[in-house]
Amino acid sequence: MTEGLLVIKESLPYLLEGAGVTASAVVGAMLLGLIIGVFLAVLQVYGPRSLGRLAGLYVWFFRGVPVLVLLFLFYFGLFSLMGVNLSAFMSVILVLGMTSGAYQSQIYRGAIESLPYGQLKAARALGMSDWKAIKYIILPQALRLSIPGFSNEYSIILKDSALAFVLGTSEIMARTHFVASRTYQHLPLYVTAGILYFILTWLGVKALRRLEDKARIPGYSHHHG
Amino acid sequence: MTLSENRPVLRAENISKVLGGKQILRSVSFELQKGEMKVLIGPSGGGKSTLLQCINFLIPPDEGQIFLDDEEIHIHRKRDLYAYRQKVGMIFQDFNLFDHLNAVENVSIALRKVKKIAKKEALERAMSELERVGVGDKANLYPAQLSGGQKQRVSIARALAMDPEVMLLDEPTSALDPELIGEVLAVIRNLAQDGMTMIMATHQMGFVRSLADQILFMQEGEIIEQGPPSELLTPGSNTRALQFCSKMDELYEEPEV
Amino acid sequence: MDWGFYTQELIPALNRGLVKTMLLILPSASIGLFMGIVVGTLRAYGHPVLRKIGDGYAGLFRGTPLVVQLFVLYFGLPNLGIYLEPYTAAVLGFILCTSAYQSEYIRGGLLSIRRGQMLATQALGFSSFQSMLWVIIPQAVRRALPGCSNEIIYLIKYSSLAYIITFIELTGEGKILATKYFRFTEVFLAIGFYYLIMVTVADFGLKKLEKRLYIPGFGKG
Repeated sequence: MTEGLLVIKESLPYLLEGAGVTASAVVGAMLLGLIIGVFLAVLQVYGPRSLGRLAGLYVWFFRGVPVLVLLFLFYFGLFSLMGVNLSAFMSVILVLGMTSGAYQSQIYRGAIESLPYGQLKAARALGMSDWKAIKYIILPQALRLSIPGFSNEYSIILKDSALAFVLGTSEIMARTHFVASRTYQHLPLYVTAGILYFILTWLGVKALRRLEDKARIPGYSHHHG
Repeated sequence: MTLSENRPVLRAENISKVLGGKQILRSVSFELQKGEMKVLIGPSGGGKSTLLQCINFLIPPDEGQIFLDDEEIHIHRKRDLYAYRQKVGMIFQDFNLFDHLNAVENVSIALRKVKKIAKKEALERAMSELERVGVGDKANLYPAQLSGGQKQRVSIARALAMDPEVMLLDEPTSALDPELIGEVLAVIRNLAQDGMTMIMATHQMGFVRSLADQILFMQEGEIIEQGPPSELLTPGSNTRALQFCSKMDELYEEPEV
Repeated sequence: MDWGFYTQELIPALNRGLVKTMLLILPSASIGLFMGIVVGTLRAYGHPVLRKIGDGYAGLFRGTPLVVQLFVLYFGLPNLGIYLEPYTAAVLGFILCTSAYQSEYIRGGLLSIRRGQMLATQALGFSSFQSMLWVIIPQAVRRALPGCSNEIIYLIKYSSLAYIITFIELTGEGKILATKYFRFTEVFLAIGFYYLIMVTVADFGLKKLEKRLYIPGFGKG
């Protein structure tokens, strides 16, 4: 037992570095997912039906195929097919970002559709183009409403990032596996890894809750009107 | 209540619209003179709200044309459409204030983003409009923190800040509690007396009697009767408008206007 | 388009894997759902101590990656002298994880039923058990169904993780084949479509079930 604790103590700095890699990968993926998600949501709600259907196809694909398969497909398959030479780390961000974008798009779409139609009408009546109306009136409200969903999505992506180790990225799982295969202290080490993920989840959710509080509009409930 | 020049500010010709399979508007036409206050009355479903929303193309008409200062508005020329909407202010029954902005931001956002006015000037203009309608002290409050009457007055300020040539009012007091109707009608009355060109749909008959230059009685998508209150609403004139008004008087308690 | 490769190597291998995947999903989804109902009910109505234990269990298995859980079961338990077969470890891990999520949806469904429903049954003389059976559960199931369906879909996709602890199912077969013949794009696109079909069929079936159980006006409480 004590040997296990010793191993943990010695490898902790190494593992914490991995936590840093995990965190940056997740942040990158969430941001990419945000951009893709908003784009797809606006397309599905306000765009021409043909583009909306294309968006729907993208969402269907990235929500239906397992993350593990997507990682293999892109890293070993499509990227080399396209002649693109990305590191495992970048590939993970890209794949997780594209996947998250599919899920996030449905969060934003729901939020946009929950807004009263009168908001858009009033914006148009003042002479705003649809583009301006979406940018200044619709999205500021929809994104605020989406923060809980975004937080949920964050914890999912964080857990999915553990699969990055199959591509060789040096994050938490890869490093834990590395130490475990040399010291044979699998149980204590993987439990430690679990604790690290736990902490990262807690930190992220807390930060997002703080964001939600800061962005709150007085009296704005979910949803009147 | 002055009817000056002969050229109408706003002209609608043969506006028709089908919604949900029903013919809501049947070839409606009217003219609006500068400084005139036209009032649309009639039973619900008669097409008043649809007509108003067709005027600023929030609902695109199936047929017909709209002319502002004798220039036809083409809906597909987006730039012209946006410019046109800046000149035509609209007040909605359910206010439609932007929920994520406080009062002064609601009034100034179109000035900043559509008219491209600098932030400082826009806020100053917004404040003066808010004071004009009597809610200057509520400038930093959010819509959720305002009463119905205050919200509607803010929305009037928002429309006025754009310096419109015409104001469209779609049952501005219908969603308000009775005791709040008076403050909004007072603001509208001041606008009318200052010479704003307006067309308003309403059920407030006292208001109609005292302030309307012309009444348009609409039913089932057509203008059934047209004329000044002196013609249509004289007791004993036996017009449809008068019959409708009497029914309204029975149903609603009229605040002092 | 190398049809020879497809018909003689790819499709048979993937079909082999598909069978293994089914062997993973079917017991995991059903037992997981059942356990989720038990734990969810305990978490909603049970003794405070049981509730805390249930919440702790759910929090643990929802807050850590499935991969970590599988590794603890397959690589970690041997440290304690417990040696599990890859299949056993995989199914056990899936059950523990999915029932944690299911318990969350069940608990939510049960708690969303207004207190008045229970009061009414008691006033009519129902026993607790009868109230649960005839009034509470029928409503709770309808509330929880979207979440539970979603979780089953997730399980279908995450069954792919079994290959990491050396149980060769659909993804595993594909990886082996792709590495052997260096045809990653084709193989993994094919695997992707196998999963898409499974997920779409399951989704379709579950949506049908939701429609069957639909009651007008019965919303989110």
